[in-house]
Amino acid sequence: MTLRKILPRVLLAAVWGVAITLSGCSGGPEYTAHDITGVMPDLEFNLTNEQGEAVTADDYDGRLKLLFFGYTNCPDICPATMARIRAALGGLDAETRKDIDVLFLSVDPQRDTPERLQRFTSSFGDGVVGLTGNQDQLKALTKRYRVTYGYGEPNDNGFYLVSHSSAIFVYGPDNRSRLLINQQESVDEITADLKTLLAQLD
Amino acid sequence: MTDEIIRWLTPWEPQPVLIAVFAIVAVCYVRGLARRRRLRDTAPAIAFGLGLISMYVVMQTHVDYYAQYMFFIHRAQHLILHHLGPFLIALSMPTAVLAAGAPAWLNRGVRGLGTLAPVMASYRFVQHPVISALLFVGLIYFWLTPSIHFTAMLSARDYWLMNLSMAVDGLLFWWFMLDPRAPGTTRTTYSTGLRIIVLWAVMPPQIALGAYIALAPDTVYDVYAVCGRAFPISPIVDQQLGGLITWIPAAMMSVVATLILLRFGFVHERSKPQSSDRTTATPAKEPLT
Repeated sequence: MTLRKILPRVLLAAVWGVAITLSGCSGGPEYTAHDITGVMPDLEFNLTNEQGEAVTADDYDGRLKLLFFGYTNCPDICPATMARIRAALGGLDAETRKDIDVLFLSVDPQRDTPERLQRFTSSFGDGVVGLTGNQDQLKALTKRYRVTYGYGEPNDNGFYLVSHSSAIFVYGPDNRSRLLINQQESVDEITADLKTLLAQLD
Repeated sequence: MTDEIIRWLTPWEPQPVLIAVFAIVAVCYVRGLARRRRLRDTAPAIAFGLGLISMYVVMQTHVDYYAQYMFFIHRAQHLILHHLGPFLIALSMPTAVLAAGAPAWLNRGVRGLGTLAPVMASYRFVQHPVISALLFVGLIYFWLTPSIHFTAMLSARDYWLMNLSMAVDGLLFWWFMLDPRAPGTTRTTYSTGLRIIVLWAVMPPQIALGAYIALAPDTVYDVYAVCGRAFPISPIVDQQLGGLITWIPAAMMSVVATLILLRFGFVHERSKPQSSDRTTATPAKEPLT
């Protein structure tokens, strides 16, 4: 067979190979969320919790973690997402829920003091931890997860909007990245995905 | 002010190999210009410089940060990587200047590669008009397939694979299109008419995709909401701007290239031998700008 005849087949195979690799047809468990195992780096951070103490990802070792980036002045997505998380976790049995941390990471440290964070997270039940950090810490963390945030112009009252990631990142007890849940996913779908993930991790 | 300049010039995700390649090409080109000292190199040098610098800027400065977190800036980045930058580089026909400036071992290496049958067969294959058009449009569609685009923006590896594939394909495509030599000079120098057909064939799919994105009532690419945008902007406005960039300037490049090819065609016609006993046409050696 000549090279000219082989080449188109090689190219076609290569295109299919790339397409299959990128579309993530790995034959793993079925999730509604995006399976980001191996796509995104493990959880690592140096931040401050709502008690004003310095914390790292190791402090949450051994527990499943749901991480959401937001800010307490958020008019819509943040409270709605936190409410969805609370409802989704309500679909799990109480024992399982105890082993899950919800990390609400504020990217607006100027307004979100530890006290303010505490008031916000306490509205969404137990197991919700408010975190924030200085700009260097936040930039290092968001860059690591290829997400970002930005501040809008303040209005006459000093209020400004903050653009931020709308996704929920799920990390395993070993801090490996696992799932990315976006805004389209329903509460029931989130519950089902968490159950599938927990069963896979067992 | 200085801090701001440094911040803008600092690569968002430094790629040492890429920076080295740009530096080597730039040094070879500048050395080539200095050695040749030809006034007629000026216009091509401006085109080459603009092409190379624009490709570097969108990949290895803070512009890349905005391209990762705003859809319309991502589309502008690809317009430069796949269309404008390679177009200017190909138009400048930099081979002679680069060869004059490159060290002897590099020239030998490149010539050696050119003598390898598999390399040349692969090159001729990707420069075949049909394959070239399919690759050009196919890559745009491939990376803009929502599920693939999602992973490409999240995974550092796939992101660079996407950008580099666009840059390399852009160089191959416009190199093939803007070859100023007389048709038939090499096996990949196709006729002006055929090249114009390819240029016009790649236009409607780009217009269709750009219009689809620009006019979509809902968000097509949710990865920008997932990752957050660089500054607060309506997702639909971001998407509409991105769609327009995919739609209009990308397709306009085919029109501009057609005009340049027609100019090449006139030059070849003029340089054809007048008397019937001469059989070989003189190839146009000058790059046209």
